[in-house]
Amino acid sequence: MTETRVHFYQVGSFAVGNRLLSDADRTVQASPERTNSLDAGHRACQGCGEALGARYALDAAMRATGGRLVAVNATGCLEVFSTPFPETSWRIAWLHSLFGNAPAVATGVAAAMRAKGRDDVRVVGQAGDGGTVDIGFGTLSGLFERNDDVLFICYDNEGYMNTGVQRSAATPPTARTATSEALGADPGNVFGQGKDLPRLAMAHDIPYVATATVADLHDLERKVERAMTFRGARYLHVLVPCPLGWGAASADTVRLARLAAESGFFPVFEAEHGVVTGVRRIRRRVGVEEYLRPQRRFAHLFAGEGRPDLVARLQALADANIQRYGLAPEEE
Amino acid sequence: MLQQLEGSRAVAETVARCRPEVVCAYPISPQTHIIEALGAMVKDGRLAPCEFINVESEYAAMSVSIGASAAGARTYTATASQGLLFMIEAVYNAAGLGLPVVMTLANRAIGAPINIWNDHSDAMAVRDAGWIQLFAETNQEAADLHVQAFRLAEALSVPVMVCMDGFILTHAVEAVDLIDQAVVDSFLPPYEPRQVLDPDDPVSIGAMVGPEAFEEVRYLAHLRQLDALELIPSVAEEFAALTGRASGGLLHPYRLEDAETVIVAMGSVLGTIKDAVDARREAGERVGVLGVAAFRPFPIAAVADALHGARRVIVVEKAFSLGMGGVLATDVATASPASGPDLATVVAGLGGRPITRRDVEGVLERSARGTLPRLSFLNLDEDVVARERARMAASRRSGPFAENVLRDVATGGARR
Repeated sequence: MTETRVHFYQVGSFAVGNRLLSDADRTVQASPERTNSLDAGHRACQGCGEALGARYALDAAMRATGGRLVAVNATGCLEVFSTPFPETSWRIAWLHSLFGNAPAVATGVAAAMRAKGRDDVRVVGQAGDGGTVDIGFGTLSGLFERNDDVLFICYDNEGYMNTGVQRSAATPPTARTATSEALGADPGNVFGQGKDLPRLAMAHDIPYVATATVADLHDLERKVERAMTFRGARYLHVLVPCPLGWGAASADTVRLARLAAESGFFPVFEAEHGVVTGVRRIRRRVGVEEYLRPQRRFAHLFAGEGRPDLVARLQALADANIQRYGLAPEEE
Repeated sequence: MLQQLEGSRAVAETVARCRPEVVCAYPISPQTHIIEALGAMVKDGRLAPCEFINVESEYAAMSVSIGASAAGARTYTATASQGLLFMIEAVYNAAGLGLPVVMTLANRAIGAPINIWNDHSDAMAVRDAGWIQLFAETNQEAADLHVQAFRLAEALSVPVMVCMDGFILTHAVEAVDLIDQAVVDSFLPPYEPRQVLDPDDPVSIGAMVGPEAFEEVRYLAHLRQLDALELIPSVAEEFAALTGRASGGLLHPYRLEDAETVIVAMGSVLGTIKDAVDARREAGERVGVLGVAAFRPFPIAAVADALHGARRVIVVEKAFSLGMGGVLATDVATASPASGPDLATVVAGLGGRPITRRDVEGVLERSARGTLPRLSFLNLDEDVVARERARMAASRRSGPFAENVLRDVATGGARR
């Protein structure tokens, strides 16, 4: 096999390539020792945020557990695109059962490992936002309440993308989906609905809750590793832009994730035992418009005379996040 | 040693001796006493190493069972009625994945109208799910069937449901001989899974299967059920050799020799039916009973063989398919030759309505006189039905019909 030297460049985002970091600070992905838990050849769309997030999260979990890991997957894009048998992209023990039961199945795996005296084997449950905030919420809340020893990861792309882009309880207001069309006086998804899962998770007083995006993969890996230092229920909510569902360019996945965080629209923080212990402060603040404009699901906010009133309401949501979590940049 | 035990206690004690590794539970009457007892046994350490997971729903109970079984643990749960329906997606999934979960079903009616008492509607609702469904006639058999259930499930990689009549068996105290731990240990080897979630040998389980292979995968599951038709009797024989008890098997024939009229039924009502048959035999009638112990897989050949020579077959069943008729009766008809016996279905015992020996003798009398319809409902109060039908015809806003019927029954429009 011939070796190709890969060059990393600064990208104007405060992100730097691993080249500039000490070995200890480099990502799990930078190491040839990584597991490649979700291996090449899967059928995800170009620019899929979920594939990116899952790859980083699971490889970090594998490193943190010394390879003693079982993954349980809800039905959804990640399940479908990863197992086009006779091929599978999973190089870790992996089970898919149903759409709404991944948390409970993960509980069962953890219970079996404990009964068999193998509680060195850790369990990750994973689902999209539909499998987490909607159909899987009952079983997830049960997992949290019992403090079962499972890290549950939600890859949030803010809708039912696998079934053709329908609204979920994680879809933001005004976003167009196939069940919240950009029609009428209140185009797209309505204000005043939806679930804030990280806060709901915190309300269960579980040991660890964190949010992350695929724009800051060091942060994502660090949070997975932090989560693995706890026993009990842990929740990680990762924003994963979806080029298909968001109507965005495949090349913009990481940029949009960054804009979501830098606008305050998606707050990045972590909490232990129900108390916020750290936030990722905004480094260069942007208005929500900069985040919304590249996405066709928000196109109706900017077509013709546009809907500055709705953009202002979305900005208010971002401002409220910034206020709630103290996300404002240092200089403000 | 015979002991006076509640059915639920006998089942819990027997399940405990099967050394389950994960027990998960969500309470629903009349299953509660079973999981309460097992929970206590885990709590005091008697079942160690065993995990008891008190989940938030039956959907979770079966899903936890799926995860535990896929990770190689011997897994048990119990449910009834609405609980079974709430977990039905996972019930199909456990079978589809080939996971040998054992579950007790404390048979209970399904609402609406809500009703906590016994019939077989719940079991019938999942007859196509791919589980082996065994029906217990007595508490002794209910207890014994659980040992056989784990053996069958793990041998075949198929989940097994032990059906026992809610309250009639679960809450009845009668003499039961609990199986010795040593006998269970010799009968039930440690679980050796065909597939397991293991970081040292990672496999992917639960991939999408498209039209290119779905039929073959489903047919293989059907073949495992057919394998069960062979294994169920041999496991029951082996069990009988160890314990001297004729628990399990495919069918429980009773006084079928030379019988012209045969009643087919499942579960605890068989005892009543046998008493009625004994009485009619004493009166010189050639009647017999065929108890169906294995409902899924359905022993078509064995039923056909047992009914050979019968002129009249009466299926007494505690469930029915609305707009169609008997469920068990349909299967019995499939097993009967085209030129076979007259087949009548008697739907009885719905929602816990008692079935007495006199009721059964009345059915046999009507059958002998030729006045038993192809489909009838035992002790149906025609007056109450007619009254509600009239009310519906008279007024568009006739109101909730279950409540109307209750009011009629309470105010003397009642039967008897």
